[in-house]
Amino acid sequence: MSYANRHPARFAWLLVLAMVGVLAVAGCGGSSDSNSDEVTSIGQTEGALNLIAWAGYAEDGSTDKTVDWVTPFEKQTQCKVNTKTASTSDEMVKLMRTGQYDGVSASGDASVRLIEGGDVSPIDMSILSNYADINPSLKDQDYNSKDGQNYGMPHGWGANVLLYNKDAVQPAPDSWGSVFDPAMASKYSGKITAPDNPIYIADAAVYLEATQPDLGITDPYELDEDQFNAAVDLLKQQNKFIGEYWPDATKNISSYTNGDSVIGSSWQYQTSALQAAGENVDADLPKEGSTGWSDTWMLSSQAEHPNCMLEWMNWMGSPKVQAQVAEWFGEAPANLGACDLTSDPNHCDTYHAKDEKYYDQIAFWKTPISDCGDDRGSVCMTYDQWVQAWTEIKG
Amino acid sequence: MGRRLADLFQGHPRLTVAALLAAPIGWLVIGYLGSLAVMLAASFWHLNELSGEVTQGFSLDNFDTIFSDEVYRTITFRTIGVAAAVTVTDAILAFPIAFYMAKLAKPRMQSVLVVAVLLPLWSSYLVKVGAWRLMLSEDGAINWALSPFGLHGPGYGTVAVWLVMSYIWLPYMIIPIYAGLQRIPDSLLSASEDLGAKPAKTFRKVIMPLTFPAIVAGSIFTFSLTLGDYITPANVGNKQFIGNVVYSNFVANLPLAAAITVIPIVVMVIYLLIARRFGAFEHV
Repeated sequence: MSYANRHPARFAWLLVLAMVGVLAVAGCGGSSDSNSDEVTSIGQTEGALNLIAWAGYAEDGSTDKTVDWVTPFEKQTQCKVNTKTASTSDEMVKLMRTGQYDGVSASGDASVRLIEGGDVSPIDMSILSNYADINPSLKDQDYNSKDGQNYGMPHGWGANVLLYNKDAVQPAPDSWGSVFDPAMASKYSGKITAPDNPIYIADAAVYLEATQPDLGITDPYELDEDQFNAAVDLLKQQNKFIGEYWPDATKNISSYTNGDSVIGSSWQYQTSALQAAGENVDADLPKEGSTGWSDTWMLSSQAEHPNCMLEWMNWMGSPKVQAQVAEWFGEAPANLGACDLTSDPNHCDTYHAKDEKYYDQIAFWKTPISDCGDDRGSVCMTYDQWVQAWTEIKG
Repeated sequence: MGRRLADLFQGHPRLTVAALLAAPIGWLVIGYLGSLAVMLAASFWHLNELSGEVTQGFSLDNFDTIFSDEVYRTITFRTIGVAAAVTVTDAILAFPIAFYMAKLAKPRMQSVLVVAVLLPLWSSYLVKVGAWRLMLSEDGAINWALSPFGLHGPGYGTVAVWLVMSYIWLPYMIIPIYAGLQRIPDSLLSASEDLGAKPAKTFRKVIMPLTFPAIVAGSIFTFSLTLGDYITPANVGNKQFIGNVVYSNFVANLPLAAAITVIPIVVMVIYLLIARRFGAFEHV
């Protein structure tokens, strides 16, 4: 018995998909004028998809039966999804360079490295129908585009906020000074927390940008030697007051629950989780502004299943999936159409998804590279120097 | 077929030995020493500054970084210090337990105790560290138990790392000492007593010299396991250990991670040479 006889519906779908693919190739074939590497069409799907993702970005119902946007995708596209969960940006870059994966949910501190290293392909985003509805603030950013070419579908974003215990910290803090300025930080000595991540150096740079204008910091990720050393010195000074550098969200939450941490840089996700558990905590975006992360689904330049990956990107950009993942993970959706579909009607307000003033105060993660991006030239500190400095800061 | 094979080995003892050892030696040389060699080679590689990719080629940059940067020295001494403290603590805790198990307990009690000592090894290391993390937390069991006396637990930090490591590696110290004590015939202790030695002298002159190699053997475990661990410091500490630096670099900068790994290897080689002088490898 042939495949068509056994699965008539599926076969019909495949046929339709194949025809759409052929048409797409034929239709778009001639319009590629910018760059020959750029992906300008979606062809027939290849039946499988190998992803690298943050935990919670590709849920197939195995964590929670009701949380599943992978299975419907598999049904619709016939792409069997295999997800490799990575826990750090460094790991994602490493995995992408093995060439065994079709795509990745890259944060800004990984994406620039991937773009610079030629590990991901530029895409003509007009071939992905949901791209048009993506929040314009997330398009054409340093961390997802280069030289006018786009490298993927924005996934969602979040700010690093100042999370504090309302009983222990009074009055409510409105400045990063409460964790950086020794006069204020010493009050909470041993109970200050910070993420265990070299990119946290940028948070010190954001604070210095506001408090020490002489340093001339314009971008917390483009630091020349003097600016970098000032940020590192600030963090070394802060180290005395740090109780713990939190490695993941779960530990961060337990530290606040158990009273080990009372103030520090965190995410809205932890804040909501703690508040839901009845802890007396709150978080705000300090007056100096903050850092944040914005993730992008990117296509590997060595992808074995590029068409499945393109379908996945479009799927992840759709309002319904955006609403699911934004609520499950705790982040602002990239597609604002998702705001009407979340089960908590206030989700987008809690995460400031539509608040442009809020968004503008955030310097989103991107990989530090030697090119400062301005007339200073190539004198900026590179990411591996950030990593080494982070070792020294922690002591 | 089996018969012909048997005929083949008949009268060829060397062939027999070769066939027996081929698999384990192959594993040792290729899988075990091979990966070590690759790691040592990687410690001389370096990263391409632009793309961040590993470039193969000889350079001493990584070792230069390790020697010139003070932070690596601090971390090395901190790690060795805690490893030594854990070893001494475990030796002091393990000896009385092992002595009771080997010399005083009845056979039935003996086996119960052996199981009790080994029992923690059956549960996941991560769960044990996680449990300690909860106990050591500000609102945890330790502070709760100490608060009636007006005391406060150590909280997360190097002291906590020492406590947790001493707990986790204790069985690795008890078992060798127990085995060493069992090997001392009771008649030796009786003879010492008959010749007029007081218990303290028997302990000093008979038991200690005979069990010392066993203690050294146990210390190799506690010392080396502490030296390489990164999970405990990451969970209950707030300072870095050698393992943490290796872990944080092995994705971002593999050559540097490989070079840092050379530190514990050198420390362990020195430790093993000293241990050998104390006879740790003679009876174990």
